[in-house]
Amino acid sequence: MPHITLPEGLAGIRSLAAYRPDTGAALYALAEALLRGPESSFSQAEAELIATFTSSQNECTFCTCSHAAAARYLFNQDKSMVDAVIENYETAPISKKMKALLAIAKCVQQDARTVTDELVANARLVGATDRQIHDTVLIAATFCMFNRYVDGLATVTPLGLEAYEPMGKRMATLGYVPPKPIK
Amino acid sequence: MPHIPLPEHLPGITGLLEYRLDTAMPIRDLTQILLRGESSLTQGERELIATIVSSRNCTNFCEAAHTKAADLLLGESETARLVKLDFESAPVSDKMKALLNIAALTQKSGKAVSEEAIERAQKAGATDLEIHDTVLIAALFCLYNKYVDGLATVAPSDPAFYQTLGERIVGRGYLRPPGGFVNPS
Repeated sequence: MPHITLPEGLAGIRSLAAYRPDTGAALYALAEALLRGPESSFSQAEAELIATFTSSQNECTFCTCSHAAAARYLFNQDKSMVDAVIENYETAPISKKMKALLAIAKCVQQDARTVTDELVANARLVGATDRQIHDTVLIAATFCMFNRYVDGLATVTPLGLEAYEPMGKRMATLGYVPPKPIK
Repeated sequence: MPHIPLPEHLPGITGLLEYRLDTAMPIRDLTQILLRGESSLTQGERELIATIVSSRNCTNFCEAAHTKAADLLLGESETARLVKLDFESAPVSDKMKALLNIAALTQKSGKAVSEEAIERAQKAGATDLEIHDTVLIAALFCLYNKYVDGLATVAPSDPAFYQTLGERIVGRGYLRPPGGFVNPS
């Protein structure tokens, strides 16, 4: 049960955005720009993968399952890679560059002061641009916020994976559209 | 030295927010709503929440900036100092102690925010919205702290820098000034 009275019939971040629409609009605008915006240095699928990975490291079930569903939808035939990353990114069938970037995301999730010059140099060596290094840190930091917000207020978390499939498809195709305010 | 090239005249978060404007805008909007918008918590109380989270994340730039903002808003520097040292014995209300406790738990992990912590805040008179805003402010400052530290931005050591910055975020708030930040050099 959520720690505060939230609109019924909505789960996770959507219940919070419906509870406080003004902060909800800013949060959804951030997710849209970061994960789907024309300025992103990543494909939508890659950005969703970093969001999924960070959420799984924070053990936030709602954000992990929903972003994993979006990433699976976007990676299409390569979707098993998403679960491999959640399981162990170091052995997952992803590029060296994505591995180096997830290593940075992991440090940001734990204690951002531990992102060393060596980790960043290694990411550059395998082809990461400054913008991709920046966007990786910002996606990881942003999901450390979303994960804390969603779990810190104990929002409703659907347990069956089938609940997340349509959610992921919606996020991947329509994007981050805030719910209508409920009165 | 920062991990990526950033404008030298804009240390800490400011250079990052200028580096990528499309993501900076909603981050700035969110901060302005939460810290400067209408609320039953004073601006000083909300800056104390930002301060304790930044202090526990050991993000020197954000801790110094929001400590200064809290000091300016509260008109003294003892409260912020003591809140960082031990909020349970700091000169703030029981409600504020309970909310700072929720913020400190949120800094660790969303899952660390216990039923007991929420009940304590409710018994001390905190509303649902105050609890909500406390969790979201704490979560937002985890974003800021990790963004600032993860890219190894510069934290100036001169206290005068934070005096100027504190006056800016108290006087003008968190939105981007029209035209951005002019390089003085």
